[in-house]
Amino acid sequence: MKYPVCREIEGKSSAYVALLVILGGLVALGLGAAIYMEHQGHHVTGMNNQIVWGMPHVFAVFLIVAASGALNVASISSVFGKVVYKPLAPLSGLLAIALLVGGLVVLVLDLGHPDRLIVAMTNYNFKSIFAWNIFLYNGFLAVVAVYLWMLMERRMNTYTKAAGMVAFVWRLILTTGTGSIFGFLVARQFYDAAIMAPMFIVMSFSFGLAVFILVLFVSFWGTGRPMGEVIVDRMRSLLSLFVLAVLFLVAIFHVTNLYATEHHGIESFILRDGGIYTMMFWVGYVFVGSVLPLLLLNFSGSSRSEVVAVSAGLVILGGLAMMYVIIIGGQAYPLVMFPGYEVVSDFSDGVVNVYRPSLPEILLGMGGVAFALTIVAFGVKVLRFLPLSLADKDIDPHYRPDTAGGATASGA
Amino acid sequence: MPGVRIMMRVAVLLFLVTPVWAGTPVPEIPKGKGQQCVEDTAMMRTNHMEFILHQRDDTMHRGIRTKKHSLKECIECHAVKGDDGMPVSVESPKHFCSVCHRYAAVSIDCFQCHNSKPEIKLTGDRNGQ
Amino acid sequence: MANNDTNIDQYRRRFLERSTAVLAAGVIAPGVFLHTVANARPADEAVTSKVRWGMLVDSGKCKTGCDKCVKACEVENGLTRTGRPEIDAQWIRKVTLKNKQTGHTTSLPMLCQHCAEPPCVDVCPTGASFKRADGIVLVDKHICIGCRYCMMACPYKARSFIHEDITDQKAHAPRGKGTVESCTFCVHRVDKGQSPACVSACDEGAMVFGDMNDPQSEISQRLREVQSMEIRGDLGLNLGVRYQGI
Repeated sequence: MKYPVCREIEGKSSAYVALLVILGGLVALGLGAAIYMEHQGHHVTGMNNQIVWGMPHVFAVFLIVAASGALNVASISSVFGKVVYKPLAPLSGLLAIALLVGGLVVLVLDLGHPDRLIVAMTNYNFKSIFAWNIFLYNGFLAVVAVYLWMLMERRMNTYTKAAGMVAFVWRLILTTGTGSIFGFLVARQFYDAAIMAPMFIVMSFSFGLAVFILVLFVSFWGTGRPMGEVIVDRMRSLLSLFVLAVLFLVAIFHVTNLYATEHHGIESFILRDGGIYTMMFWVGYVFVGSVLPLLLLNFSGSSRSEVVAVSAGLVILGGLAMMYVIIIGGQAYPLVMFPGYEVVSDFSDGVVNVYRPSLPEILLGMGGVAFALTIVAFGVKVLRFLPLSLADKDIDPHYRPDTAGGATASGA
Repeated sequence: MPGVRIMMRVAVLLFLVTPVWAGTPVPEIPKGKGQQCVEDTAMMRTNHMEFILHQRDDTMHRGIRTKKHSLKECIECHAVKGDDGMPVSVESPKHFCSVCHRYAAVSIDCFQCHNSKPEIKLTGDRNGQ
Repeated sequence: MANNDTNIDQYRRRFLERSTAVLAAGVIAPGVFLHTVANARPADEAVTSKVRWGMLVDSGKCKTGCDKCVKACEVENGLTRTGRPEIDAQWIRKVTLKNKQTGHTTSLPMLCQHCAEPPCVDVCPTGASFKRADGIVLVDKHICIGCRYCMMACPYKARSFIHEDITDQKAHAPRGKGTVESCTFCVHRVDKGQSPACVSACDEGAMVFGDMNDPQSEISQRLREVQSMEIRGDLGLNLGVRYQGI
């Protein structure tokens, strides 16, 4: 097998320029929305004193979760030594950094005081998982950057495995930290569960890979670089596995909750009576985001890259729906302060809280996604992130011309 | 690079015709109540932010409510009256803080939360003082 | 009764102002002398954990439909209504409980419970949410970045986020856009030796405020005598606000 060769993309085609213009426009819109929200105050958003985290957090948490997941491909190559994935490792690292930066930008710009970012960097309360996350996120960027350096500079290659290992462990801790943001909320019926952390880890596998697949395939179609069946099939089976794993943990989460009478209220709200949240869960996450991609990936009888790409897109939509259910749905359900009592007040006690996302919030979230993709689009042009070829003969160590496409038995 | 040279010349020319050359304009600082501030003027000019910051943490976290370096007292003493005879807010260029801070282009965010005008004492138990 | 209160308050304040003046002049007043006024701590002395401020609410005396405590809080702290209740700041609110099985209803005020182990303080990334040594939970708005994690963590919905610009704040209750706030137990009054505005405003005598660490205080005696409870006591947060009659 040849040493995998990555090269910058030429980046002169009108399609590439158009892509940058569109992404740049979205980033500008997002930035404008953030300035508007900051100047006006959060009353121009759908967020209020009951639903304190809204659309920006749906996007931000999704991006952060996907970021750590996007690094998986690199980990599989460097930590678990799967040679087939080696040419994909640089892109995987780049995407991880880009998604995390995109998510963090959204998170920061939504703060009541984004101007006080320096305060967040200089005042720490170490009992807060949020404060830890500031370290975990910044550390992740640094660790992945070092990993990319080891990976992409020939003379540093001997350290790739060690750096990859550090990055892998770091990303697991990072997603644990992100999941724990919710898991540590003792008062909230929907959040107070240790399973939040592992659930977030598995979600990161799935959402991160889905984003990776889309980015990879689109850049290969765009550049016309060759992509063989082996890699497509690997991506197909890997995504399928991760989607199934998330579904499993989500099921466990709800079944455990259903067992405890205390949680029947919130569960029937999410699963049956919650209107938009119930729909988001069943239609958005379960059907569109899980069942449909699983069917497409496993039973469409096709390993074509288009099918895998569409499935990845569905997984992303489902992931956003899931985030919406967790973040907004969890807040919409009234806090239980007096078990066994009906509670009435003029401060929304005992009623389902209403949330109507506003345009600025959505633009801010989209802006974050666009910013992440801009980093990737720019990155692949200036540095050697994208492999020249993913044709079977170039990446598969077991490749023999006569059995092309048949070398997938080893699985992921 | 002739362009740069021309720009430099224009800049020098502008510098020469501005009042900077004639003499530096200084802000006209409104006088506070009483004879003397809690520290002498030079000290206050350079260190007022340190005093306020120190007092802020002492009051907020330790409940120390001495008046000497309290922002509330600054506001009381240094209130500037507007045309209507009422104290002006920090939005006005005549406000004690604004006069210098606008001049030096140093933005402050104290008054996002704190009132920049002294409290009008009318209500309840404040009568008779 | 209310008149009496005011007189005492005025006396305390005059006394405090005098003693502050003395201190400002550079004379250190003897601590013993200052301590003779109940609860009035000298202005230059830091709060200590010897005191734990607390409140006992007797829901039996709290009248349904009465919101004097809420109004008093709004006046005292300069809380204004925006016309959109969902973004209005609410430091204290009246809640009506109806037992689902018996139909019995109870009325009570909900406010920041000033937990000894406050979840809002635990989760705050910058330490802006903090508990003063005397048990009062506050937000240091100077370092609050407006992330609202404390609002997610609070089991009592006691916190509000300020959604728009505010002007003409009370000098003793600074508050501004982009930060989180909640009941301060009227810390500015407590530091002067007064009770919180809501307690003073309650004609029914349904609220008692005092030092829970002082066995002689009214609140400690009442807490010894009557059956009281903490809301969501299962969380084990050791609340500064206790209720009787729920």
